[in-house]
Amino acid sequence: MEVEQSFSDICGGRLALQRRYYSPSCREFCVSCPRLSLRSLTAVTCTVWLAAYGLFTLCENSMILSAAIFITLLGLLGYLHFVKIDQETLLIIDSLGIQMTSSYASGKESTTFIEMGKVKDLVINEAIYMISAIWFIFLQQKVIYYLCILLKDPVEPHGISQVVPVFQSAKPRLDCLIEVYRSCQEILAHQKATSASP
Amino acid sequence: MVLKAFFPTCCASADSGLLVGRWVPEQSSAVVLAVVHFPFIPIQVKELLAQVQQASRVGVAVLGTWCHRRQESEESLGHFLEGLSAIFSHEPWLQLCRERGSKFWSFKATHRQVPASPGAPGQDQVMLIFYDQRKVLLSQLHPPAALPDHQAGDATASAGGLAAVFDTVARSEVLFRSDQFDEGPVRLSHWQSEGVEASILVELAKQASGPICLLLACLLSLISAASTSRVFKLWPLSFIWSKLSTCEQLRHRLGQLTLIFSTQKAENPAQLMRKANMLVSVFLDVALGLALLSWLHGKDRIGQLADALVPVADHVAEELQHLLQWLMGAPAGLKMNRALDQVLGRFFLYHIHLWINIIALLTFHIYCFYVYGARLYCMKICGLSSLWRLFRGKKWNVLRQRVDSCSYDLDQLFIGTLLFTILVFLLPTTALYYLVFTLLRLLVVTVQGLIHLLVDLVNSLPLYSLGLRLCRPYRLAAGVKFRVLEHEAGRPLRLLMQINPLPYSRVVHTYRLPSCGCHPKHSWGSLCRKLFFGELIYPWRQRGDKQD
Repeated sequence: MEVEQSFSDICGGRLALQRRYYSPSCREFCVSCPRLSLRSLTAVTCTVWLAAYGLFTLCENSMILSAAIFITLLGLLGYLHFVKIDQETLLIIDSLGIQMTSSYASGKESTTFIEMGKVKDLVINEAIYMISAIWFIFLQQKVIYYLCILLKDPVEPHGISQVVPVFQSAKPRLDCLIEVYRSCQEILAHQKATSASP
Repeated sequence: MVLKAFFPTCCASADSGLLVGRWVPEQSSAVVLAVVHFPFIPIQVKELLAQVQQASRVGVAVLGTWCHRRQESEESLGHFLEGLSAIFSHEPWLQLCRERGSKFWSFKATHRQVPASPGAPGQDQVMLIFYDQRKVLLSQLHPPAALPDHQAGDATASAGGLAAVFDTVARSEVLFRSDQFDEGPVRLSHWQSEGVEASILVELAKQASGPICLLLACLLSLISAASTSRVFKLWPLSFIWSKLSTCEQLRHRLGQLTLIFSTQKAENPAQLMRKANMLVSVFLDVALGLALLSWLHGKDRIGQLADALVPVADHVAEELQHLLQWLMGAPAGLKMNRALDQVLGRFFLYHIHLWINIIALLTFHIYCFYVYGARLYCMKICGLSSLWRLFRGKKWNVLRQRVDSCSYDLDQLFIGTLLFTILVFLLPTTALYYLVFTLLRLLVVTVQGLIHLLVDLVNSLPLYSLGLRLCRPYRLAAGVKFRVLEHEAGRPLRLLMQINPLPYSRVVHTYRLPSCGCHPKHSWGSLCRKLFFGELIYPWRQRGDKQD
């Protein structure tokens, strides 16, 4: 069963949440981030090339122009491969674990799998987020919500060893997070009930 | 808990038969290792499993039946398979079934002891996970999960459920020894190798490696015994040995070679990787050295380099002369004390004149100038600080190592004031000379440092591990990842388990070799302090040198 809904992230961009229910014990949530906008790409390229042309008129060295083209290409490739995340997926499988996948714009995928034995709980946490407006002079603070997985501490039974945030690049708003949270808690509750019984 | 069955992908197209593997009750998961085909005699199957269990200490048992229906009319097979559960009893009894050409499987698990309750496991409560047997067999999880108690016949499951799966497959290697050309009483289907290595050379190399290792180990022990003999402990030989970085590197490599060729087998995979990394590092070192040597010898490059060195030395000397002339004038618009300036400038110029003919020592005069400048400056600073204390009526107590108050006579104070004034007004001149030569010296030290870093890099980079991560990424596993395969309602969930390889930064971090450790002795704070007070800096010290 596949359901798609659209939400917005903390900055106001559009996000799409796709929910797939494979079985009562396996669910997948996929958040797609806004794509790379052509406008910002054109703006950055024009700025870099204008600056390079300005330097060229000063120095009369054509190496600057070729270097600018090279840097723009490398920068774009690096950005697409290492920075720009297209989609973030959360796959939760009852009694196996939770898997988080980030797919980058160049097609690279980076996956982390956490076993169910290490998961203590899945919660929505609050955080204070700094948004800089106007040249880093006026820093605005905002309270945002994020979904995170709490990991058990092997030494102390009731302690928490690590907090792993989910959907870090997409940063969806609370309404989206609540949907994901409710779904996941159904599975986690079932998992806890069956693991408690002998 | 959901019942999970780990099924090898190589058995997905096998004929019908019995499922053989290990049941992990804590995780409620069954790891299928092989499929036993018809016809078989139950006694022989049980014997084989007992042998495997004894050899590998893994609790291998018959877990259930596997049915691969080729035609529609094989209903009788189904009844026959059900009768098998009476012969090989296992709790729970698994029944996997697949239609030929169909993507969807059916999976049933029956518990005999627990009576059928409303909450009995139906199709929702079972899960099929496919895994690549060869990759899981060869891979190594990082960090290695500490599995308890290998003595027990059926080791209890570790904290990580997946580590138990990896461990089961790895330890059942004895089950996979029979390859596809072997004829035995029982016909098995699992991952099979292509047979004994077809290349004669590889086999010969394997046979010869034992005696060769022994021979090399003896040779290396002779060399190291000779190097620690009394002859080399006499001064000045021991002094030269500890100072030259070539000797340090040779000693390091000798230690590494001794470890590689030692006749002991590596106890765990980490030691094996270490040995392999060292071997590759030695080969790279030798290869780079030979390449450099051949490049230098070709086209008489050594002669060319030597010819180029003489004008460079002259050039350095000329530049130093210009620098000193500049200092003797009005450098950067500062007004110097004329007399002292001339004395210092002429002193240094005389040295350059002395050394202009010595080609080999390119930067030795920079070092000497630095020492002279530093000593002068240091004396000056000492004098200034002592006289400053005199002004305040204090004195340095050498016995107590602290500053104490003291009453001075009038004539002592008068002479002290005079000397203080002289030293203060001569300070800029001396300080400038000191500054210039210290900067030059720091430049030379930086170049030396870069070379040390390069040598360190070649020594400690784990090239074999990096190569392994590049070519066979499943050998070094950071974890696993799952992919949900095509799903139909009413059928069990099917997942594909793949190995998540270790990122490169963690490979380097885990497997880096210990370097010979020429680290800077000082922190930035102490370095600045030494520079300010004019103490001499020797930033690079080998490990094991006495502290002075």
